[in-house]
Amino acid sequence: MAGPDIKAPEMREYSQIPALQPGAMAATKSFVANEKVQEELGFPGTLVDDWHDKAIGKMGELLGKYRSLKVFMDACVHCGACSDKCHYFLGTGDPKNMPVARQDLMRSVYRRHFTAAGKVFPKLVGARELTREVLDEWYSYYYQCSECRRCSVFCPYGIDTAEVTMAAREILDSVGYGQKYTNEIIGKLHKIGNNLGLPGPALANTLEGLEEDVLEDSGVAVRYPLDVKGAEVLLITPSADFFAEPHIESLIGYGKVFHAAGISWTLSSKASEAGNFGMFIGNYEQLKKIAMRVREAALELGVKRIVVGECGHAWRVAYSFWNTLTGIGEGAKDPFAVQLQSQLDHRYRQPMHICELTWDLIRQGALSFDKSANDHRIVTFHDSCNVARGSRMGDHAGGQFEIPRNIIRAVANHFVEMAPGTTHEQTFCCGGGGGILTDDLLDLRIKGSLPRMETLNQVAEGQGVNFMATICAICKAHFTKILPYYGFKMSMVGGVHQLVSTAIKLGDK
Amino acid sequence: MGTIEVGGKSYETDEEGYLTDLAQWNEDVGKFLAKQENVEMTDQHWEVINFLREYYTEFQIAPAVRVLTKAIGKKLGADKGNSQYLYELFPYGPAKQACKIAGLPKPTGCV
Repeated sequence: MAGPDIKAPEMREYSQIPALQPGAMAATKSFVANEKVQEELGFPGTLVDDWHDKAIGKMGELLGKYRSLKVFMDACVHCGACSDKCHYFLGTGDPKNMPVARQDLMRSVYRRHFTAAGKVFPKLVGARELTREVLDEWYSYYYQCSECRRCSVFCPYGIDTAEVTMAAREILDSVGYGQKYTNEIIGKLHKIGNNLGLPGPALANTLEGLEEDVLEDSGVAVRYPLDVKGAEVLLITPSADFFAEPHIESLIGYGKVFHAAGISWTLSSKASEAGNFGMFIGNYEQLKKIAMRVREAALELGVKRIVVGECGHAWRVAYSFWNTLTGIGEGAKDPFAVQLQSQLDHRYRQPMHICELTWDLIRQGALSFDKSANDHRIVTFHDSCNVARGSRMGDHAGGQFEIPRNIIRAVANHFVEMAPGTTHEQTFCCGGGGGILTDDLLDLRIKGSLPRMETLNQVAEGQGVNFMATICAICKAHFTKILPYYGFKMSMVGGVHQLVSTAIKLGDK
Repeated sequence: MGTIEVGGKSYETDEEGYLTDLAQWNEDVGKFLAKQENVEMTDQHWEVINFLREYYTEFQIAPAVRVLTKAIGKKLGADKGNSQYLYELFPYGPAKQACKIAGLPKPTGCV
């Protein structure tokens, strides 16, 4: 196994731009999806014979459907503002991991086939034919992008590099060249209900065990209910919350919040996944099909509110896309969307983030805490990319930054910020988002975490930070894996509701 | 896809070396996979592997890390019922490395 031999790059004083290492990551290629995995999602099983024409045709279709993509292809002036903003470039030094160069892998083909100048004078305008080498390069480098959109914050034209990556992956899938990690997981979700492949009975067994543990630890019978019809809240959370450490600590925290506030809630075995990897591969049909499970579960259970747990990209999908995808939120007009709209309680935001729910309750004085229970922790907060740059919380701009921090300050005495320019909307990706969280890309993941590790190291050495809170299952899983490579303890990362769980007073207020 | 040879028989694995058919698993295959992972199998390791296989037979999924630590704590003593102990046994992570040796599919998703 590759893992134990990989070494992390040396941490330096943040921030330094690395010397260029052309081709350093050219050989890095995640496992390609096999025939069975591809066909389950309706994609060709292997690379089709006429892949060139099919790929150009698909590109034309996407350019016609998404005006944004056409603008992004045309607008770039190669100013270079994005070039040193990508964590994968900063960690690997490979110039093709500069966002502008990554986009140009597609832009050069766009010019060849969709612009007059590129058709007539290809060499003059940097136009390239889509050869097999170029296609392989796409696969390699578009799966070295976590779609975190940090580069887009710095682009004077607002080019959304993630959309270019998504389009490239969509084209690759359409010619039978998909990635094993994401596509296998999407298939599992359709079959079993979640990314993990956790069947209903196993979920029920895990939740029962959790109830026993919490009773033993706190002396209070906190419930973790499953498939309860008529509950007020349906909680949609990443399946990692049922399985992995430290994720499960936050799940324990959500249950304690509902218990302390007296809100009836339920999880669903049908919609036992908040994550939606359809977004990672830029495929609208998958995005919608995955999101539909949530609507079906909400209608079956008759819930009044839909709340989303700590999952970064899920919150982007829920906040930004669920309305038109499923009718959760406003916008959709089909009969089931209308039915759901009339069922949900519109005194509350729909959908609502668990942090919004907890913070509202804190402000109302409905929860009380023993902050000293977190005194062994000096906490910092890592903004997760999709929450920071793809969504919002609360009722004003920037709520997605303030609310998680407000909660941390309400439940812990020691809170420290990491370096400005690396948090809030300029946060770094953990290094494992957007379909990269797989062992075959561990080398890339470790290197891509370098800037975040350097800034974590600053506050660890300077202010004694020993806990980095996040609200994303990918961040938690990724950091747990890579922290030891940088000499940190894996238990240093955890959830915001893990901190809530530690300090919340149950029973007597 | 790959294959491994154990005791003159060949077994199919996926790209990452996980056995594709868990029914084919036997102790010798487990030992072979452990060797590939540089894990020296002791009785304590086998306790974990056996529990994983029992749980999988019942639930068609590996147990949550928490469920595993609790079960091991009950069997081997409270001081062993924590993930640190499991990481000592399986340094690359109890969920993934132990599952591989036990012949179970790899847990996927955000884990």
